[in-house]
Formats: sequence, structure tokens, C-alpha cells
Amino acid sequence: MTIIFDLFAQILQMALVLLAAPLLIGFVRKVKAHLLRRQGPPIVQPWRDLLRLLRKETVLAENASWFYRAAPYFIFATTWVAASLTPTFENGLMFSWAADLIAIIALLGSARFLLALAGMDVGTSFGGIGSSREAMFGSLAEPATIMIVFTVSLVAGSTQLSEIASYMLAHSELRVSVGMALIALLIVAIAENGRVPVDNPATHLELTMVHEAMILEYSGRHLALIELASALKLLLYISLIDCMFFPWGMAPHGAGVVEMATGGVAFVFKLAVAGVLLAVFETSTAKMRVFRVPDFLGAGLMLGLLATLLVFVTRSL
Amino acid sequence: MPLYLALVCVGGLIGVSSLPIYKRETAGVAELIYRLCLGISALLFVAAIIPRGANALDLTLPLGLPWIGMRLHLDALTAFFLAVVNLGGATASVYAIGYGAHVSNPVRVAAFYAAFLAGMNLVVLAADAYTFLVAWEFMSLASWALVLTHHHDAENRRASYIYLLMASFGALALLMAFGVLGGVSGAYDFASIREAPRDSWQTGLVLALVLLGAGSKAGLAPLHVWLPLAHPAAPSHVSALMSGVMTKVAIYGFIRIVFDLLGPPAFWWSIEPMTFGAISAVIAILFATLQSDLKKLLAYSTIENIGVIFIGLGLSLAFKANGMLVPAAVAFSAALFHIFNHSLFKSLLFFGAGAVLTATGERNIERLGGLIHSMPKTAFLFLGGCFAIAALPPLNGFVSEWLMFQAILLSPTMPQWILKLLVPAVGVALALSAALGASCYVRAYGVAFLGRPRSDEAREAKEVDQWSLGAMSFLLGLSLTAGLLPGFFIDTISPVAKAFIGGRMPAQNEVGWLSIAPVAESRSSYNGMLVFVLIVASAWAARWLIYKYWSGATRRAPAWDCGYIEPSTATQYTGSSFAQPIRRTLGVIAFSARERLDMPLPGETRAARFSVQIQDRIFNFLYLPITSAVARISNWLNALNFLSIQEYLGLVFAALVLLLVGVAR
Repeated sequence: MTIIFDLFAQILQMALVLLAAPLLIGFVRKVKAHLLRRQGPPIVQPWRDLLRLLRKETVLAENASWFYRAAPYFIFATTWVAASLTPTFENGLMFSWAADLIAIIALLGSARFLLALAGMDVGTSFGGIGSSREAMFGSLAEPATIMIVFTVSLVAGSTQLSEIASYMLAHSELRVSVGMALIALLIVAIAENGRVPVDNPATHLELTMVHEAMILEYSGRHLALIELASALKLLLYISLIDCMFFPWGMAPHGAGVVEMATGGVAFVFKLAVAGVLLAVFETSTAKMRVFRVPDFLGAGLMLGLLATLLVFVTRSL
Repeated sequence: MPLYLALVCVGGLIGVSSLPIYKRETAGVAELIYRLCLGISALLFVAAIIPRGANALDLTLPLGLPWIGMRLHLDALTAFFLAVVNLGGATASVYAIGYGAHVSNPVRVAAFYAAFLAGMNLVVLAADAYTFLVAWEFMSLASWALVLTHHHDAENRRASYIYLLMASFGALALLMAFGVLGGVSGAYDFASIREAPRDSWQTGLVLALVLLGAGSKAGLAPLHVWLPLAHPAAPSHVSALMSGVMTKVAIYGFIRIVFDLLGPPAFWWSIEPMTFGAISAVIAILFATLQSDLKKLLAYSTIENIGVIFIGLGLSLAFKANGMLVPAAVAFSAALFHIFNHSLFKSLLFFGAGAVLTATGERNIERLGGLIHSMPKTAFLFLGGCFAIAALPPLNGFVSEWLMFQAILLSPTMPQWILKLLVPAVGVALALSAALGASCYVRAYGVAFLGRPRSDEAREAKEVDQWSLGAMSFLLGLSLTAGLLPGFFIDTISPVAKAFIGGRMPAQNEVGWLSIAPVAESRSSYNGMLVFVLIVASAWAARWLIYKYWSGATRRAPAWDCGYIEPSTATQYTGSSFAQPIRRTLGVIAFSARERLDMPLPGETRAARFSVQIQDRIFNFLYLPITSAVARISNWLNALNFLSIQEYLGLVFAALVLLLVGVAR
């Protein structure tokens, strides 16, 4: 009985993240439009776009290889698996032991690896520019993330996200190291998701693109899958931040329907707060030059390293 | 019994290497040698995995120095390395059956190849300093001869010269290390060395010498300079053996001396391996990211992985010194597992580079591209290798890296302050090298295999032979298995940890669902199988749903590229342009990368020029002063050549007096 219930919660989680991710994108766009005193498209617009893309014929470049055609499915699948193993409304998901925090980060690394390669497949200069920049961002953002993971897991004594969430829920004291890790994670999350000031998701000005440049040749169902994957990634980062730093309202493992519903409401609320903050931040900053990004990410890496050092040196800060 | 079998096999390998003396006709002899090597290596692999019970097997042969004999033994550590060496040897032999025919002088390569295999096996079987050093030198010289295969090329001659120099230096360091270990009484078998009492300065000296000796062979920075020159110069199946296996034999030497012969460790033993491991990992992967020679890139990445392994070994020493046996076992198992994994995927990648070389005659990725169309099978297998070495789940490279991270996370309770500061720094180096490794292989694969062909050779490449593909497929299969069922492999190596650390990781077959949990499941766990199944299932489900409910229609059209695609393939991103952001951000610090742009003024008709200059700082600041000092001293001593007879007699007399004074004291 418990197993069936656990399985149900896990499937619910998988469906929830899939459903909510494009809505989150739509919500952020809506808030941004309002901040610029525009009406903006409805929140469900990203879903409409995705469904329309899925219905369309896919146009492949003449020299696209089998890898180019297979990559979107695996990029989507990898991101989705990572997102469904990150607790959102309920703690201790059925498969949460399959991948701890380090493995989830590495799964995102796999998706990035595939995406960067796919950008180089057709052999255009834009694909290469995107992949090359993504590779540079990734090689700084990933170690920063690992340092954040170190800090948080050393504080909580576990790399399992569920354990970290319960620990943080039980010990809600303020720690310098955790605060530094939070700031570092925010920096990394902005860079990893290609948001302003690192990359502009709305731009199609060629020389400023990173993520969009990689997927320039994609169309139809392939494009839909990649867009869905990047929406899932944004949701995943927000759930990660929630889970590690603000796990309030999350239902404990084996909770009843009511607690799960409360957890769901709390999660939607947190998503909304994060979406508003993201929109406000994006409208109030300008995009930075590509070669300023390493400094930005380097700050994240240094903060992460400092936080880890603090945890190594003292157990109480 | 397994030890006798192993010995017979080593003898067989030496016999095989002398085969060309009796069979003069070249046709078929090389292939025969490779087939025999395959059989013998497979047998040796079996000898390594035959259950021996808990006891080590010992044997003394009446060979070698009088009264000492030749001691050999087989314990858990030897068996593990025997398995790694011969797995690599067997697959390289399979590959060579197809590839070896393309090499110039195939018979000579084959003969030295067999001797090289014999040397490596003998190193791990040796149980006294004499046998060990003889086998070590045998291995070095055989591989030196293999590096000289293409000796018509001046660059290769230089590479083999530097290799020989560094190998002699390393052997000298090891010789002195064993000298200190054996002490004045001079009992040079491992059993007496283990028992001998030692002062702490002697231990420190041995540690430094071993790090010099084994480290130079393994390619630990700053003693790595020979490796990216020598490994690529050899034929690809030999490069695979040198990078994938011989560096591991060097690590075996380190483990044997430091973990076994030196006795219980002190915490400061861990500082050297960890520091140099971390430096190697980061520097080497940065160099790899900037390389455009595919085989050189792989050789640099070997140095990175050796660094990672040394980090694991250093951590394990630190834990062991503090009596934390389970974490020590985690770090030690991580290092051993990484040794095994690296031997798999590095061999696979070198085989792939060899396949590319056969098909196109080209090692420079700037002249490749689009190989995924002309050699789809090789492209698939090489992609698998890149995925594994970039430490990405669900393949095996990730698992050992993950275990390494878990070991780091167990370390804050160690009381020493220096370790509290060093371990996080090592952790950041590990994370940085893993992330840069992913970028490095995106670049290598993306430029060489994807995109449009940059030369006619790349356009007209043909898929390679079945033997090569078979060897690569087998290695990829093993990598995948090790990534999906890591628990089985960890359990297999835990007897080694038990014997050399004193503790072991919890048995992984008791963790449910094929997961692995290094300490406890509530602390950390990973299940490669489930992750793999979930990914494949959701990718397949997405495809099925889309094709069923939405559209599966596909049309081919010219590439979009924002409206206009330049037909020249030179407009693609090249390897150097791909590496430009990393070169600018990190390269300036690591190797003083300078970009120079010579822009003609308006009206001038000459072309603009852009050049990049990259310097190896280690080479400039460590090697060049040493070599110039050697040159200066020898130049100065050259004057001794031109003395008169009286002066020579005077010199001889002075030497005699000095010696007599020395004896009299």
C-alpha cells in the first residue's frame, strides 16, 4: 500500500514538474511584461507554443547527423529525470535515493554536454559560438555548484536532497556559510539558465546569444523538447534552492493527502515568489559582456569555496 | 597455482616477442604475435581473478642476483593490477590485429609490444627490489623502442629522447628509494623491507623519491613533460597501453611502496600526493582543452586522470593516518575504481583516435570534422568514451568521481589544520578539472566528428575494420557495465582495501536495488541503473508520444544559420576558436597565453595576422634552467679534455690522496 502511494507521489511529481515548468516561464514573462507596462501574452502561451511546435513538421539541416536527431530526446529525458528526483511538494520521493545532489548536478552536466555537441553538429558558426560559450560558463558554474553542494551537505551531513531538506527544516538557524552558499547558488542559477545578465532568453541578436545560438538550427518537435528541457531546468534550480534553503511547507515522507496538498500549495507559492524576483531582477539589470561573465561566475565559485572552507574550519558558522 | 600460471604466461610473452627471430617472413607474423598476446593476456586475466583465498602466494626463482633470487608474489593488490594490465593488453591486442597492419614495420612493433606487456606484468608480480627495478626498466625500454616506431620523424626522435631521459631519472629515484628502504643491512625483498625499522627522515626521503620515481612515470606534474610527447608518438594501440595501463603500473609502484612497504602512515604523507595530484589535474586538463592534436589531447587528459587518482590516494593516506578506516577505504576504492575506469575509456579513446588516423591520416582536429557521417560506428563508440571520461552519468567515469567527492565530504573531522585547508582546495580542483574535462571533450568530439569536413581526407574517410570496432565496442560495453552496476565492481576491489587499509566499505550487494552507498544510505547513494533506465524510458516515451499524437514529419533543407550559410567549411568554429573563451579566462594565468593581433592600417594591402602564444610555465621555469645549468657545467668541465699529461697525472694523484684520506677516517 505504501509502495503504491509512494509510486503515486513520484508519478505526480514527474507530471507536476512537466506541467508547471512552461507555466513558470509564462509567468515570468507575464510579470516582466507588466513591469514594462505591457499586457504580455497569457501564462499558458509557452504551452501553446510547445504544442504548436510539436504538431509542426521538423526541418533538418542537410548535413545533420543521427546524433543531432537523437540529442533532443536525451536532453529532455535527462533534465526531466533530474527534475523529478528533486523534491518539490513532498520529501523523500520514491526514487530519491537513485541520485543524490551531486548526481543531479552531474545529470544536468550530461544534458549540457549533449546540447553543446548538438550545437556543433550542423557546422555553422553560430552553433559553435553558442557551444563554446556554454562550455566556458559550464566549466566555471559546475565547480561552483559542487562547492555549494559541499557546504550544504557538510552542514546537513548528507548529500541526499531529502535528508538536507529535513535537516534544514529541523535546524532553521542562520549560518554564514549557508548564506554564502545561497548567494553563490543564485549566481549559478542565473548563469546556468541563461537569464539576464548572463544571456538573454528573449534575444535573437546573433552575437549576444548563447543558449539560443546552440539551438538555432533546431525546429519542430526537436525544438519543443529542448525548450521544454530548458523550462524544466529553471524549475529544477528553483526547487533546488527551495529544497536546500527554504524547505518550509514541504510534506514529510509518507504524509497524507492533505499534507501533500499543502506542500503543493507551498511549492506553487514559492515558484511564484521566485518568478517575481527573477522578473524584477531581469528588468532592472542589463546584459553583461560575454567576457565579464567569468568574473560573475568566478565570484560564485569563490563564495562557494569560502563557504566550504568555513564549514571545514568551524562546525558552527 | 595462479602465480605459476601468471609466470608461465609472462614467459610466454617473452617467448612471443622473440618469435620474429625464428620466423623471418614478415607477412602474418605480426598478426600471429598479436593473436598470441591476446590469448596469453586473457589467460593472465583469468589468473588474476581465480579466487586465491585470503593468502598471498609467494615464489622464489633461482634467477637474478646470487643468494637473493627472484621473488614473486600474488596478493589482492597485485591481482587487481594484473587484471587491469591484462584487460588493457587483451583489448589492445584485439585492436592491433586490425590496426597493426597499418603501422610501418609491423613486426618490430609487435615484438616490442609483447615484451612491453611482459615487463608490465612482471612489475606487478615482483616481490623484491631487484626484480621490481629490472622489470620496471624492461617496461620502460620496451615502450621506448615502441615510441621510436616512426623514427624518421625528428619530432618523434626528440620525444623518445626526452622519454628515455625522464624514465632513467625516474628509475634512479626509485633505485635510491629502495636503497633507503633496504637500509645498510641490505635486505631487498619486500617482506624484510616491510619489517625494517625506519626513522622519520628516512620515511620522508623515501616518500619524496617514490613520488619522483613513480610520479614521473605516471605523468604527475611537474614531471609530466615527456608524456604528451611520447604517448602520441607510438602507434595507437601502444599509446592506449602506455596511457591506459603503463601509468597505472607506475601508480602500482606508488601504492606498493607507500601503502605497503612504508608501514602505518602519518598524516603529512598525504600532503604531497594531494597537492601534486590537484595541480596535475587542473593544469593538464587546461592544456588538453587547448590541444589540436587529438592524441596529444588524450595524453594530457591522462595526466589529469592520474592527478585525480593521486588525490584519492592522498586522501586515503590522510584518513588512514587518522584512524578513520571506512573513509580511507572509500577514498582508496575510489582511486582504484578510477584506475580501472580510466584504463577502459582511455584505451577506447586512443583506439578511436587510431581509427581516425587510419581513416584520414590526420591527428589534427582542425583538419577533421564531419566524421560522424563517414564513420558512424567509430563516432558512436568515441562519443561513449567521451561521455565516460567527462565524468557524466550514467557511465563509469562519474561513479569514481562521485566516490571521490564522497570521500572529500567525510574529511572535515580530521583534526589537522593543514588538511582542513588543503582538502577544500583539492575539492575545488577536482570539481574544476571535471567540469573542464567535459568542455575539453565537447571540443574534441564536436570539432573532429561533428560539423562539416574541413579537408578532403575527412570527407572521404572510410569506416575502420571489424577488429578495431570490436575492441572499442567491448570497452564501451565494460564502461557502461561499470557505470550501471558499480556496486559489483566496488565489492570486487574491497578485498584490496581490506588488506591495505585495514577497513572496507560496507558490502554494496546488501544495498537494495543495485544502488551504491559508500557509508550509509541516508548519507549518500547513487543508482546508475535506475538513472539509466529512467532516462532511456523517458526519451523513448517522449519519442513514441510525439510520433503517435503529434507529428513525425521531417524534411531536409539547407542549414539556416540566420539566413546565410557560407559554403566554405572554414567558417565553422575550429578547435582554437572553441577554446578561446577558456584560453582567455584561465589560460592567461595558467600558461601566460598571449594573443597578438597585427592589424594593417587603412590603405595598407597586407593581410591582418592573429597569433596566439602559449607557454608551458613549468617547462620554462623548471626544466629550462636545469638543462641550461647542465649545459653550462658540462661546457665548463669540457676543459678537462684538453689538459697536458702532467696535469692529468696530478689529477689522478689528487684523487688517490683524497680517497686514501677518506678510507683512513
